[in-house]
Amino acid sequence: MEVQSYFSTTDSLDGELATLNLGPTHPATHGIFQNVLKMNGERIVSAEPTIGYIHRAFEKLAEHRPFNQITPITDRLNYCSSPINNMGWHMTVEKLAKIEVPKRAQYMRVIIMELARISDHLVCDSVIGVDTGALTGFTYMFQERERIYEMYEEVCGTRLTTNIGRIGGMERDFSPAFHQKLKTFLRDFPAKFEEFNKLLERNRIFMDRTIGAGPISAERAMAYGFTGPNLRACGVDYDVRVMQPYSSYEDFDFIIPVGGQGDTYDRFMVRQEEIRQSLRIIHQAYDNLPQGPYHADVPDYYLPAKDDVYTKMEALIYHFKIVMGEVPIPKGEVYHAVEAGNGELGFYLVSDGGRQPYRLHFRRPCFIYYQAYPEMIKGSMLSDAILTMSSMNVIAGELDA
Amino acid sequence: MTNELLHARIEQQRPDILLHSEHAYDGMLTVEVSRDRILDFLQFLRDDDDLQFHFLTTLFGIHFPENPGRELGVIYQLHNWRSNLRIRVKVFIPIEDPHVPTATSLWPAANWMERETFDFFGVLFDGHPHLTRILNVEDMDVFPLRKEYRLEDGTRTDKDDRFFGRDGHEGREFD
Repeated sequence: MEVQSYFSTTDSLDGELATLNLGPTHPATHGIFQNVLKMNGERIVSAEPTIGYIHRAFEKLAEHRPFNQITPITDRLNYCSSPINNMGWHMTVEKLAKIEVPKRAQYMRVIIMELARISDHLVCDSVIGVDTGALTGFTYMFQERERIYEMYEEVCGTRLTTNIGRIGGMERDFSPAFHQKLKTFLRDFPAKFEEFNKLLERNRIFMDRTIGAGPISAERAMAYGFTGPNLRACGVDYDVRVMQPYSSYEDFDFIIPVGGQGDTYDRFMVRQEEIRQSLRIIHQAYDNLPQGPYHADVPDYYLPAKDDVYTKMEALIYHFKIVMGEVPIPKGEVYHAVEAGNGELGFYLVSDGGRQPYRLHFRRPCFIYYQAYPEMIKGSMLSDAILTMSSMNVIAGELDA
Repeated sequence: MTNELLHARIEQQRPDILLHSEHAYDGMLTVEVSRDRILDFLQFLRDDDDLQFHFLTTLFGIHFPENPGRELGVIYQLHNWRSNLRIRVKVFIPIEDPHVPTATSLWPAANWMERETFDFFGVLFDGHPHLTRILNVEDMDVFPLRKEYRLEDGTRTDKDDRFFGRDGHEGREFD
């Protein structure tokens, strides 16, 4: 009888609304954040997001660390595409210290950053599939992400929180194994990716489920500070790589895909096309990879080779100075933005000439666009709200900093 | 549109509003206005036909304890996507009276950015619809990004920051 009474609950029939806690540890939220929903039956009347569950005080931490030690903090923002965060930070310091990075290092960065974008979008798009009930594509695409992580390992030794590259360039040149893995990836990935497309892009069930779910207009998206694929799904072609090119993005030929409705299907399709464009960029960067040094000649900021540290006095001195944060840095304020997986990732850095930043603010695209979520799901079904959240690619690390 | 034209347009349309203006280290036009006129100024930047700074990129706080009467700052960065120009607007306020009008009426994006600034610096945004802490716990009674709060417990003796290159916020002069 108890079961029966559970099914015949009359919350909404009485005109009363039910309160539903979605999160903080609900498997469908893909991260630790809570939404207190007011439900009328299965319809959402209002939502109140609560965030901060994995807040780690990055901005305060950054005020207490030398510049090179801040890179591992940036790993933990959007941990689905850590290399973009790392390199965005390096470029910010290089802008402050007026370091010119050699062309080869810039192209190497582009290759790594675009691999990171592919892995970021693969996770997001395949998870949209999972939330619509299609687990298969996810299992295939995670194998491809694994191959990207193996390439990270060849470059920096780590996989998720990469700490890749250094201020002034890359930490080491691409190894022979990296070249081999990249060539294999570029050869095999497109076919597997198109197989994944065939499972979803024109799938009737998937389209019925995602078209019209969680839409937002271009005007509202801009007012809410949207950037990245979520903005482009609304039809606005804003991309930092084109608007303010960094790391030689102006050398490459690629298009910015845009959607029209700003709904879940458009967000999915924009990311799918961006993966293809990223592949184009990687091909161009790899085929035209310039010869030359892989880091700038800046002994004040770039750690000397380990062999030299053990055998040469000067190298040992520079090593010590960099590790202890005793290098001169200009005074000034700098804002630098890169196109991260989720949009404009900005670093606002104030330097007073000291060994740590005086102030470092991260513009985290997730944090800014997630506040539109209640508006986007109002009046929709609970199942659409979960789909909308996964298609926005809200990453808790980036959200909470 | 360039920084010079932008500056000239502001001077022409809103004379005397700029307390200070400079080209910052990164080349962005950086201006300071008083808090009484900040909302009017932001609206002017957004709605003026020539300027069209329609996108609020960032809004955050900063703390300068050595500047009496203007300890706390709120920094807005706006972006005009048509002519691809950015501007940085600063407001400085005394720490005993940390009130600034809210920008949520201009951009809904300002909502959480202002809550974050309140959470970290204690800036009170007058007229904000829901000014509560956002990243820290609700019952916290300090504003942790203010400079007087150390990162670690100041009574600890096992870690002398001076030996680890971490002497708090005071920057070192290099010669």
